[in-house]
Amino acid sequence: MQQVFKRPISLKDVQTHFCPGCHHGTIHRLVAEALDEFGVQGRTIGVASVGCSVFLYGYFDIDVVEAPHGRASAVATGVKRARPDNFVFTYQGDGDLAAIGTAEIIHAANRGEDITVIFVNNTTYGMTGGQMAPTTLVGQKTSTSPYGRNQHKDGAPIRMAELLAQLEGVAFSARVAVNNPKNIIDAKRQFKKAFRYQVEGKGFSFIEALSACPTNWGMNAIAANERVGSEMADYFKLGVFKNTDNM
Amino acid sequence: MAKIVIDEIRCKGCGLCTLACHGKLLSLSEKINIQGYTPAAITFPEKCTGCALCAEMCPDVAITVFK
Ligand SMILES: Cc1ncc(C[n+]2csc(CCOP(=O)(O)OP(=O)(O)O)c2C)c(N)n1
Ligand code: SF4
Ligand code: SF4
Ligand code: SF4
Ligand SMILES: [Mg+2]
Repeated sequence: MQQVFKRPISLKDVQTHFCPGCHHGTIHRLVAEALDEFGVQGRTIGVASVGCSVFLYGYFDIDVVEAPHGRASAVATGVKRARPDNFVFTYQGDGDLAAIGTAEIIHAANRGEDITVIFVNNTTYGMTGGQMAPTTLVGQKTSTSPYGRNQHKDGAPIRMAELLAQLEGVAFSARVAVNNPKNIIDAKRQFKKAFRYQVEGKGFSFIEALSACPTNWGMNAIAANERVGSEMADYFKLGVFKNTDNM
Repeated sequence: MAKIVIDEIRCKGCGLCTLACHGKLLSLSEKINIQGYTPAAITFPEKCTGCALCAEMCPDVAITVFK
């Protein structure tokens, strides 16, 4: 018998702190698989953000810079410009990228920085106890929207993948989910496309991954996983919004 | 011939692998691991096809598959 499924070498063989059923773990694995696939582990610099994925350096067997909250795309800009031969990606939550870091992501994308951004949308500020994020769905109860998000007061959830796709500097933008094997296989394909853009020096690539946060959604892992495919994917449609090479 | 190995220490008992198996071969066991979770276990291991969908689904990379 041969081993047909194993841990990617770019992912350290350690226990994570993620809650049971948290999709951050799956998304970490897919990023590590794509690093392995392109053979860039030895020259990769990851840029971690603030949020539940803050321990990126503990889980990936690569070099990692820790960015202040929201600033990962700006930090990655500096890293990539100083070291253009390195593969540079950021890994950012929705509180990080779509709230405090909105200016940084829009301008990094608009400048067409040659970096890859992994955006993990779990419709909440996971690490700090489930506050409302710009991505929180209308009606969703959080610790700062106890009666549910009110569109008139709070606006409608931001669709980052579509928004960034409109910018000239963006070469690739897609949204994926990891809530069932079919979506996971498709997500792998999109991660590889996104990574290829940077490996070939073709500009800014963006992947939004829908992610379950069972703990702050007040659900068990199975119910939270189900919500990703129903309520979340209904509003945040999966798909490729820009693919300049049409790969 | 196919076989999966579940790392009972790493498993967090989330149950997501049980959703992925077409043969419904996986379920959570009654025992409690060192983390305090009930790890997944395979019933009828001889029916496993080695499709690896359970492993793809696991957020904790706790399943290894041989074929
Ligand atoms: C400048 C600054 N403001 C606020 C915080 C508090 N803080 C830590 S994590 C976080 C939000 C994280 O949410 P998200 O980016 O969605 O990541 P998740 O935990 O959901 O993956 C906030 C507001 C901080 N660390 N630094
Ligand atoms: S709080 Fe939410 S995002 Fe953070 S580790 Fe737990 S499930 Fe994952
Ligand atoms: S490898 Fe496939 S058949 Fe075997 S337990 Fe996993 S999902 Fe079921
Ligand atoms: S998906 Fe992984 S962590 Fe969750 S129950 Fe199955 S083996 Fe355990
Ligand atoms: Mg979040």
